[in-house]
Amino acid sequence: MPEPTPNVDGGDAPSDDPVSDGESSDSGVRIDMISGARMQGLTSMEKIRLILDGVRDGNIVILEEGLSPDEESKLIEVTMTEISPDDFTGIEIETYPKAEASDQSFLDKLMGRESAQKLTVIGPANRIETLHKDENLISTLVSRK
Amino acid sequence: MGLLTNLKDSISRVTDGLFAAEEPKRIGIYGPPNAGKTTLANRIARDWTGDAVGPESHIPHETRRARRKENVEIERNGRKVTIDIVDTPGVTTKVDYKEFLDHDMDKDDAVRRSREATEGVAEAMHWLREDVDGVIYVLDSTTDPFTQVNTMLIGIIESQDLPALILANKTDLPDSDVKQIANAFPQHETIPLSALEGENMDEVYTKIAEYFG
Repeated sequence: MPEPTPNVDGGDAPSDDPVSDGESSDSGVRIDMISGARMQGLTSMEKIRLILDGVRDGNIVILEEGLSPDEESKLIEVTMTEISPDDFTGIEIETYPKAEASDQSFLDKLMGRESAQKLTVIGPANRIETLHKDENLISTLVSRK
Repeated sequence: MGLLTNLKDSISRVTDGLFAAEEPKRIGIYGPPNAGKTTLANRIARDWTGDAVGPESHIPHETRRARRKENVEIERNGRKVTIDIVDTPGVTTKVDYKEFLDHDMDKDDAVRRSREATEGVAEAMHWLREDVDGVIYVLDSTTDPFTQVNTMLIGIIESQDLPALILANKTDLPDSDVKQIANAFPQHETIPLSALEGENMDEVYTKIAEYFG
């Protein structure tokens, strides 16, 4: 089993952190919705750890603002290193397809910055299945353990 | 002394520039598993060097290591482009050894193949971030291109400002739908081809010279 998520946001009561305590009910599906504000102060690896620890506990993780392309690339890479037979088969991840950079501010465009603001759903590959996806709708089936 | 050092630096910069200009660009062939990446890599390598890059198979994750074919010289319209082709493992976010059991493998072989496949995908991602100068993105035109892996990989490629050529492969199959691929990534040009049958390779080589030359 993975180690519990470290107290990545620098709070002073890690044991009370609902995202990091790894609790998951056998009778239901736990969903962690992580705000952009919470992710903002984390390094790329801290974000990836937060996501993967949650997903490896069987939770569905929803990110308000998603990851940057570079972080997505690292998420795939780290996920691959953690896959093991009969334990963890990887992740299912869904975001809305990029709509022609319409969510970029003028300053972002001027500076050549990519906007990472896109709702992202991540779950264990053996528990989440995408039924339909288009630019406006992501429909997924989540099964219990 | 200072003048001599400056002169030496200038000469060094000029010679470095000359050699850098001659260095072949590394072009990564990326895409999801079973899109025909190795078939394309072999087609290009055979057409211009006479050798193959690696074995092809209908079983997913046949390519589990990035393989490089160096100094492939492509001539197009009087222009010569030298590239290194890097055939990469199909990118995915999940690998389950049980999927390989359907392909006449025992559990040990399936587990070993899945482990190698995960290492290969991690390696492919590393190459994409660090070691390629351009990308040929291969898609199976008989399947839905609106997958998360495709969306993410195209996003990663674009964020690195790498020149990218999108190929809609398997046009020899009756279910091929090139328009679907073009609609999925309208910001890029989509070139149809059948790497297996060698259809439309002339246009592919013209585009390779144009994009990576």
